[in-house]
Amino acid sequence: MTASLSVKERMAIHRAEMPELPAGVRSGNFKEVNRGLSQDQAVLEAQRCLQCKHRPCVNGCPVAVSIPEFVGALAAGELPKAASILRGDNALPAVCGRVCPQETQCEALCVRKVKGEPVAIGYLERYVADWAMAHPDELPPITPPAKSGFSVAVIGCGPAGLTAAGELSRMGHAVTIYEALHDTGGVLRYGIPEFRLPKEIIDREVRILTSLGVSIECNVIIGKTLSLADLSRTFHAVFIANGAGLPVMLGIPGENLKGVYAANEYLTRINLMEAGRHESAATPVLKASEVAVIGGGNTAMDCVRTARRLGAKRAMIVYRRGEEEMPARVEEIKHAKEEGVEFVMLTAPIDVIPAPDGWVGGLKCMRMTLGEPDQSGRRRPVAIPGSEFVLPAGIVVNAVGTSANPLLTATAPDLSLNKWGNITVDEHGQTSIPGVFAGGDIVRGGATVILAMGDGKRASAAIDRYLREKVAGRLR
Amino acid sequence: MFQVISNEILAENLHKMVVSAPLIARARKPGQFVIVRLAQGEERIPLTIGDADAENGTITLFVQAVGASTLNIVHTAPGGFIRDVAGPLGMPTEIRTWGRVACVGGGVGTAVLFPLVKALAAAGNRITTIIGGRSEKFIILADELRPLSENLMTTTEDGSLGERGMVTSALTALISDPDRRPEAVFAVGPVPMMKAVAEVTRPYGIETIASLNPIMIDGTGMCGGCRVRVGNETKFACVDGPEFDAHLVDFDTLGDRLRCYRDQEAASFSAAKCKLSQEVPS
Repeated sequence: MTASLSVKERMAIHRAEMPELPAGVRSGNFKEVNRGLSQDQAVLEAQRCLQCKHRPCVNGCPVAVSIPEFVGALAAGELPKAASILRGDNALPAVCGRVCPQETQCEALCVRKVKGEPVAIGYLERYVADWAMAHPDELPPITPPAKSGFSVAVIGCGPAGLTAAGELSRMGHAVTIYEALHDTGGVLRYGIPEFRLPKEIIDREVRILTSLGVSIECNVIIGKTLSLADLSRTFHAVFIANGAGLPVMLGIPGENLKGVYAANEYLTRINLMEAGRHESAATPVLKASEVAVIGGGNTAMDCVRTARRLGAKRAMIVYRRGEEEMPARVEEIKHAKEEGVEFVMLTAPIDVIPAPDGWVGGLKCMRMTLGEPDQSGRRRPVAIPGSEFVLPAGIVVNAVGTSANPLLTATAPDLSLNKWGNITVDEHGQTSIPGVFAGGDIVRGGATVILAMGDGKRASAAIDRYLREKVAGRLR
Repeated sequence: MFQVISNEILAENLHKMVVSAPLIARARKPGQFVIVRLAQGEERIPLTIGDADAENGTITLFVQAVGASTLNIVHTAPGGFIRDVAGPLGMPTEIRTWGRVACVGGGVGTAVLFPLVKALAAAGNRITTIIGGRSEKFIILADELRPLSENLMTTTEDGSLGERGMVTSALTALISDPDRRPEAVFAVGPVPMMKAVAEVTRPYGIETIASLNPIMIDGTGMCGGCRVRVGNETKFACVDGPEFDAHLVDFDTLGDRLRCYRDQEAASFSAAKCKLSQEVPS
């Protein structure tokens, strides 16, 4: 039926709107904001796809999901087929459908964007992945691949590590993931709040991987519990995906006052440890009626929306550039605004002001204006003399970024690093040590979930080649 | 899951627990710690590795019940389990042969001091160990430390054991005697004690190392919750420490930041005590 739809008919369909919890309801809880499309909505949206032969959308996807194919199957109502196409390309589709910045990736290259709205590829990916999770019996059974006889260690259970583990185990390799924290998911669990990505989704994606035979060892810190050399001795290849790590300090007076958090600490307490979420959580977190979050990225949006949910009357974003320059997703900025977050733009913090007894009392700031473009191409913020003012704040959260964590690299002297401490790799993710590959934030610095997944996928292909050519040759 | 092999009461609220953790036992060096989470829903807390037996795959933890989490941990019976033990974390102590070294421990700090004294003695140092507490019942590990030390001094605030007074008085007396003056001093204990030790040694220019105890979450450098000011630089105690040059540490900020969650901690401690007293009528 759908195959018979003309281009004109397809063009006439309007882009689906994502049903959302009302802002007044959701800003008081951690329930997922986006509710997901209905089946009718999803099938209709899929019919907007023109099934371009040159597939520009696929080039925009860091893991190269076969977009027209899975969307085409969905448009025809063939959900099991859509699900298996999607699963074949992407180890974490329910995650990607939720947290990818589709507007700058697949959807940015969609032909339909030329004359209006692109196909809502992210919504459709999410719909198909959620359907697959809810209907496991209707999916074609996964035939276990022939065992290759090779073993691979993956360091870090975040998006890059999980993707690599999924790919490698489908290639028949025995995969063990080593994770430093007590639970899986990396930034998906400790960083991204449940109102964007429910933990149940991570648990289910991880269960699918373990059902493929991937084993996960938590509480093992490579560089401390075991060394990289230990893993190189025990496994045929290693993939390092241990993330970006250390928070960058603000470097302003007062940043060690009680009530100043780095974003990672604030989010880890609340997301991983469930502080402030319910009475029985053992981990505490400070609350205040005025919370200032410094930064303009997705991490800053996650912190400020979280502060609002913990009861802050004024939850503020303090950003030194303007809203146009914010690196956060447009959807997150929109959701934050709907939830009552204040945006204090063109403002830079210069001093955390103390209250009595060493607590935070406020944030002294300066107004900024935008000058000439800097190396990043964005206009450089310049302070306006005499514009100092104090924002009231009981909690200040620093979400300006992270730098490379030296925990592993300090104990692996053969591993080449760049001047920022990130691991250097070739275009296949191969490090300076043969058989050791790396990807994600430890290579890129702070980046996105999907870029980390792209690295995981690319490195797995290179690891597979390495094992079948180099190691197999050596063993023969 | 990490099995508790033994759990022995050393003093009121202070337990010596031997836990099966083969990988940690093998990798661990003196000065390092673990992050422990007893069960789902519990918090992550740092505990120094008091000793390790690589052959039997066990580590020794000295745990003082000062709050809800530690109270629940010390109530784990032998054969029971700790859900998560991650480590060894932090930089190992830099063990050198100074010659004469003074090791100063206050309260449960004495337990943290124990592996240092052991390693320093093995490296050929001649050690004066000074351990102190409010009264006799807070003096721990004296029998274990005595054979490792050239000289063991104990001080109690009420004079119930050893010298009456603080560890700093004993240290001052030691330093004032040029024949006994140490080349280096290690201090582990409450923040005011470590600060006082640093002030005692500063005028003499004696190298002084303190093992800091800030609040930690992940223990791997990821969150910066354990940050401390050391010589006008911000350091993360979990990756850069926990040992630092005591003459450079901003002890006032450290002490203040340790009081961040005092109210929440007090509330959950009384709730935990109440719950345990209901479970175990005595």
